[in-house]
Amino acid sequence: MLRLEPRREPSRAMQVLTPVFAVVLTILAGLVLFAILGKDPFRAIWLIFFEPLTQTYALAELTVKATPLILIGAGLAMGFRAGVWNIGAEGQFVAGALAGGSVALALHETAGLWIMPLMCIAGMLGGMAWAAIPAFLRTRFNANEILTSLMLVYVAILLLSALVHGPLRDPEGLNFPESRLFSESMILPILIEGTRAHVGFILALLAIAVAWLFMERHLLGFQIKVQGQAPLAARFAGYSEKRIVWMCLLTSGALAGLAGTTEAAGPVGQLVPALPIGYGFTAIIVAFLGRLHPFGILLGGLLMALTYIGGEAAQIAMSLPSATTRVFQGMLLFFLLAMDVLVGSRVRWIPRTVHG
Amino acid sequence: MRYQSFTRLTVAALAAAAFVAAPAAVQAKKMKVGFVYVGPIGDHGWSYQHHQGLLAVKKAFGDKVETTHVENVPEGPDAERVTRQLAQQGHDIIFTTSFGFMNPTIKVAKQFPKVKFEHCSGFKRAKNVATYNIRYYEGRYVNGVIAGRMTKSNTVGYIASFPIPEVVRGINAAYLGAKSVNPKVKFKIVWVSTWFDPGKEADAAKALADQGADVIFQHTDSPAAMKLAEQRGISAIGQASNMKAFGPKAQLAAAVNDWGPYYVARVKAAMDGTWKSTDTWGGIGAGMLTIASVHSRIPADVRKQAEKVRADIAGGKFHPFTGPLNKQDGKPFLKAGEKAGDGLLAGMNFYVQGIEGSLPK
Amino acid sequence: MELVVNILLGIVIAATPLVFAAIGELVVEKSGVLNLGVEGMMIVGAIAGFSVTIESGNYLAGVISAIAAGALMALLFGFLTQTLFANQVATGLALTMFGLGLAALWGQDYSGKAAGNFPRLDLPVLSDLPLVGKLLFGQDYLVYLSILLVVGVSWFFRKTRGGLIVRAIGENHDAAHAIGYPVVLYRYLALMFGGACAGLGGAYLSVVQTPFWAEGMTAGRGWIALALVVFAAWRPGRALLGAYLFGGITILQLHSQGFGVKVEAQYLSMLPYLATIAVLVIISSDRLKVKLNAPACLTQPFRAAT
Repeated sequence: MLRLEPRREPSRAMQVLTPVFAVVLTILAGLVLFAILGKDPFRAIWLIFFEPLTQTYALAELTVKATPLILIGAGLAMGFRAGVWNIGAEGQFVAGALAGGSVALALHETAGLWIMPLMCIAGMLGGMAWAAIPAFLRTRFNANEILTSLMLVYVAILLLSALVHGPLRDPEGLNFPESRLFSESMILPILIEGTRAHVGFILALLAIAVAWLFMERHLLGFQIKVQGQAPLAARFAGYSEKRIVWMCLLTSGALAGLAGTTEAAGPVGQLVPALPIGYGFTAIIVAFLGRLHPFGILLGGLLMALTYIGGEAAQIAMSLPSATTRVFQGMLLFFLLAMDVLVGSRVRWIPRTVHG
Repeated sequence: MRYQSFTRLTVAALAAAAFVAAPAAVQAKKMKVGFVYVGPIGDHGWSYQHHQGLLAVKKAFGDKVETTHVENVPEGPDAERVTRQLAQQGHDIIFTTSFGFMNPTIKVAKQFPKVKFEHCSGFKRAKNVATYNIRYYEGRYVNGVIAGRMTKSNTVGYIASFPIPEVVRGINAAYLGAKSVNPKVKFKIVWVSTWFDPGKEADAAKALADQGADVIFQHTDSPAAMKLAEQRGISAIGQASNMKAFGPKAQLAAAVNDWGPYYVARVKAAMDGTWKSTDTWGGIGAGMLTIASVHSRIPADVRKQAEKVRADIAGGKFHPFTGPLNKQDGKPFLKAGEKAGDGLLAGMNFYVQGIEGSLPK
Repeated sequence: MELVVNILLGIVIAATPLVFAAIGELVVEKSGVLNLGVEGMMIVGAIAGFSVTIESGNYLAGVISAIAAGALMALLFGFLTQTLFANQVATGLALTMFGLGLAALWGQDYSGKAAGNFPRLDLPVLSDLPLVGKLLFGQDYLVYLSILLVVGVSWFFRKTRGGLIVRAIGENHDAAHAIGYPVVLYRYLALMFGGACAGLGGAYLSVVQTPFWAEGMTAGRGWIALALVVFAAWRPGRALLGAYLFGGITILQLHSQGFGVKVEAQYLSMLPYLATIAVLVIISSDRLKVKLNAPACLTQPFRAAT
């Protein structure tokens, strides 16, 4: 029979190869899926996985879509390593967008290079403030952060809705629920002329680099890993659990808040009720696709973005229902997660023997 | 009344022309028409009705057109990318069918000056961006008349989504319609803070029924309230699409959005080279809104009365918002005989006098 | 008085999908597995239940299909997390994404159709009692099933050997394995029970509460159910209470608007979430009690040492 045996060391080769296996398997399964649905399978696969990579504009869009995923994923991964389950990044994303956006709206008649950094800082503080609630409730009252952070997602979305229907509404917008458009100083600079790729992606790359340095080179990074893998050992070593909970939630909150601001000040350019479209949740998948490693998260975010953009392209070109691309996306994730087993285990064929 | 002269003449005439004179067109190349939907076609409400409009275009022009639609497009950056992609791939005219697509549509239109864009329910236009919408409030007024006559408890329930002008306008119109035939009528309004959550919509309908409402209006997208009214043996008014399947006994009437005539006319205009950026706000008279399935259990005199109101609105003889009319707080809104202009209607963010409850400011 | 009864009836109906999904997930988590895919399993249950009910005209067949569909989704989750050791958090989220897509694809031909009224309990005399009759003896059958399930799960964990084993596995899978309990098998079973319950909760929405099919109709209830399990501190009775509390506040805020309470709707809609947090904070303050009930092995993968 087939058996999975744990490896002593995670296989380096497999770390690189498993995502490739997963994509190949998804393509094979996708061919079957599309054929069953009566669509040209090869064209669909080409449109989803490869065509976006051949066009500058689509590549730029890839960075636009991946930016919030990478930013949020990088922050969440740190918490996940320490066993701090911040499921509510979506809420922190919204809080950050609200904070950063409010700064932009308050200063809308001013101009200057200093505004954008101020907005980003406000966004990070907004996300941190929202994440501070579960941190406080967990450290002070022992309330589980999965529940509190998740509940706060709904509260944040409703708060955004209330504010753009009320105080933050565009005074010239005929009472429609959206803020005024941000003025030029409040829009993130574009990286490549003629596309929407914006500076937020650079910030995301920066966040990845800092996260890597922190986790690999800093004592606190080490403490986080110990806390996650061996909480008892962490306690004996005198690491403060409270401190780690606070730090993880605040960091992931700050990055989610920053993502909210870069989204509002990037491709959206205003505050709208439909700002939260699930980046906070998708980023959780991205964090695990990247095996909680900063560089992995970068790749995971880009891959996830590719399936969104390719999926849209296939919808347009082949009139696939949007449900098909979601099923396809789910399959890709399953294969990626399933293939991961080969990193830590090897498959062995063991002849059946009778135990006596 | 610019909209009416435009819609009545062009929509009707061009739609007819499309059927009759289409073969004479010298179009060699197929016209590519794109649609962007915010929801799934399967929502059986808003996006579903727009898709019916797409099918009308297909039917009218056959193989002269090639249609593309993208569903479930989130408002915001994704909408911009999808719209841009449609433009990039050579679509000649693109309909973006949700308010939140407004700024994305404007942005893309700037980059593709030769492509024609049509945005539904917004207020920003450009040389190559037209806007269009339906005067839903006309239908709500007519249905308000029916509701006002049919309610026995003098309590009408209203499930509302978000306090935007369109929704507020609908509440006011329905109330004025009901009030015009039943001075004792009261409206109970429940805001559910969602466009689509069948469970919550059903809960809201239940709450309203429990509080004595026996006719229910809704401004949300699912047929949950209709279905609940059917179960409870009370009445309801269908929204956006004909919900008869969900309330064969309950549905008094439905106000059905009919985008087909407009879409056909605009595609035709694009084919003929007569397309211009316009602002269309069409109602019953333009054939964009129909009062469907008026129930046979409604007494003949009520049907007659409602039909007269409908015909008067359609013919421009009557405007649902005609003075004297005060705002909720008693401040004057319209003088005697004065009709509300489109500007006033577009930004309406107050209840008219007589409605209880408060609106967010 | 009648209004009070009607409000209570409304609460029961709003809460029942949550009761099903939460009690199922509770068993899953007690066995030491966290399945965040409740929303995905619910929606697949919703379309399975609805489509089969429509096609066969038989409610029982619909309900059974929903149970089977939910359990199959859970089986997929089990294969990935238990056999292939995939990460539970990520797999659960992927399951939700997959389920939403699958249900939408499956349901394409079913939007715009309506089901009839689900059969209710109708006892002579009792169901016709004034006020309490409708509330206690006039509900649809699934409401009673949901309460029976909660009682049953509670009994299972307290009184049966199987319950003890599940708890032991959730508490310390290595020790349980050492004693000779088949950890992975029990986890598979717990997962499938959870999936079945989630499917049932979804079917309650599509077959009883609304009853029709619309894409995305679970609208986040799976997430609420997950939160309720934590809220309940993994105790079945409290999960029921939590679901009714959540449903109760949802219904009451709708009613309060009908009575003309002057608070903006969005703030009223926040109430159920805020109340859930508030109650959790109060009950969590007793650290010891929470620790006693929380499965220690939650989310930890189990590998049998060879």
